[in-house]
Amino acid sequence: MPGLDDLYREIILDHYRSPRNRGELETPPAAKAEGFNPLCGDEIVVYVATETNNDGDEVVSDIAIGGQGCSISQASASMMSAAVKGKTLTEVANLTSSLKSMMSIEVEGTDAAVDSDVSLGDLQALSGVVKFPVRIKCATLAWNTLAEAVTPTD
Amino acid sequence: MTVVAGLDVATIKADFPILNQDRAGSDGKPSRLIYLDSASSSQKPRQVIDAMSSYYENSNANVNRGAYSLAVEATDLLEGARQRIASFIGAPSSNEIIFTKNATEAMNLVARSWGGTNLGPDDAVLITEMEHHANIVPWQILAAEKGFAIRWIPLTEDGQLDLTDLDRLLDGVSLVGVSAMSNVLGTLNPVRRIADAAHAAGAIVLVDAAQLVPHVPTNVVDLGADLLAFTGHKLLGPTGVGVLWGRAELLDSMPPFLGGGDMILDVRKDGFTTNSLPHKFEAGTPPIAEIVGLGAAVDYLSNLGMDAVRAHEVSLTAYAMRTLREVVGEDLVIHGPAEPAARGGVLSMKVGAAHPHDVSQVLDQHGIAVRAGHHCAKPLMRVLGVNATTRASLYIYNDEADVDQLAEALVEARDFFTL
Ligand SMILES: Cc1ncc(COP(=O)(O)O)c(C=O)c1O
Repeated sequence: MPGLDDLYREIILDHYRSPRNRGELETPPAAKAEGFNPLCGDEIVVYVATETNNDGDEVVSDIAIGGQGCSISQASASMMSAAVKGKTLTEVANLTSSLKSMMSIEVEGTDAAVDSDVSLGDLQALSGVVKFPVRIKCATLAWNTLAEAVTPTD
Repeated sequence: MTVVAGLDVATIKADFPILNQDRAGSDGKPSRLIYLDSASSSQKPRQVIDAMSSYYENSNANVNRGAYSLAVEATDLLEGARQRIASFIGAPSSNEIIFTKNATEAMNLVARSWGGTNLGPDDAVLITEMEHHANIVPWQILAAEKGFAIRWIPLTEDGQLDLTDLDRLLDGVSLVGVSAMSNVLGTLNPVRRIADAAHAAGAIVLVDAAQLVPHVPTNVVDLGADLLAFTGHKLLGPTGVGVLWGRAELLDSMPPFLGGGDMILDVRKDGFTTNSLPHKFEAGTPPIAEIVGLGAAVDYLSNLGMDAVRAHEVSLTAYAMRTLREVVGEDLVIHGPAEPAARGGVLSMKVGAAHPHDVSQVLDQHGIAVRAGHHCAKPLMRVLGVNATTRASLYIYNDEADVDQLAEALVEARDFFTL
């Protein structure tokens, strides 16, 4: 059985203890989505504001995280909020695919070449989660919720 | 040391193969399972496992159909189990024991069959804030069709039912659904008192006894129940079998739930005639080996004596509440009644700032199995103001040493996740 240190890396505990970008954004202009983990009752709220940059791409201009959850879901959400700020939605989608493939989740429509180009940075610390399969859902909850928030509803 | 009032736990433990195996621990060292999740599903003694394999090896045939001796033998095994299960819960007749898939199916049967014929827009069903989803959602599904109201008995601060307004709540109610023992708080509810009030108001009473029957001597008549549901796998028995008990006249008045083989006396092109109890509610081939296994489980508990089982759990629960508070300290909250005699051995905890998921992960590293989550009682979680709890639940094979190890591991989890 893998040890606790594989799961709870120092960076993860740091983000859990001092979560970044906690709070709310006004909706609209920001978009909001709620995610639930039906297994454990955790819930997460992602607020995300976007604007169009000079190249005509949509960029994450601000993000805030609400809700409650375990250390893995909270740390993953916090790291995500730090990682996606200032990124285009395409970059965010690629980052999400890289993270999911690190979690051994098959992602449709991505090619491996794109994934290996994306640097996960601190998010690499979540790699230990894959050894604890029941916790993968905790790690991906924020990312799925963000994807829902930035997907146009109409 | 392992003899806690009433039971010889060391001897009992020896009967459970899964508790006597070395499992790989986090440090690579083999360790024994410390199983503290019996409220979710109990472990099974050798006697139950053997009864099931013996059935398959020596007596397997379909029941109620064949005229050959093997089929008769299988039928006798099944009906023998039905009789022993009936006497285990004080049922006046074994015809009142209906085998279902689990407690959930038993309560859905009641909602569909009784509720489907007796509930309309002007009616109301009264349940409690501590019900399991299995005694909530079937009523919500039916209410969406029939338009009746669902009312809720609220809770007091220490997790008991607040019966102050019971008479007002009962006004116009046709069925009361109440859990006899909460799977989250351990609360033992005053079913008899509620049943008497319900009957005076003209309502019938469905008791969710999924947690009661495995742990507390149960007599359906003394409880004042009209219908009562429980599940085999929490009772040392296998998964795949549950029981609905009902008063014979009431069951007789209810239409069948599922249609098919065994539940009919005759089928013509223009209709069918239902079979008598219990077959009327047992369509199709039943889970025969599972029923035989549940019969063996009931024998096992009868041999121990349910009074001794209850005495063991009260004393171990008292020990656990005391020890956990002492060892873990101020930042441990145990939800539910403070008095061990008023509750079962279900300890839903808040461990400092640590999230239940993280707590159970740390405990798992020590081979300790507990449940983290909402325990299929989300309305109750909302009342408690939490998303999840860490739940340790005790049974006949647990002893003080298990509790001591739990306490130590909880301290480690708390310290690891202290903000
Ligand atoms: C109080 C209570 N009712 C009903 C159930 C449902 O049991 P089953 O899942 O076996 O149908 C459970 C167990 O989860 C329970 O604890």
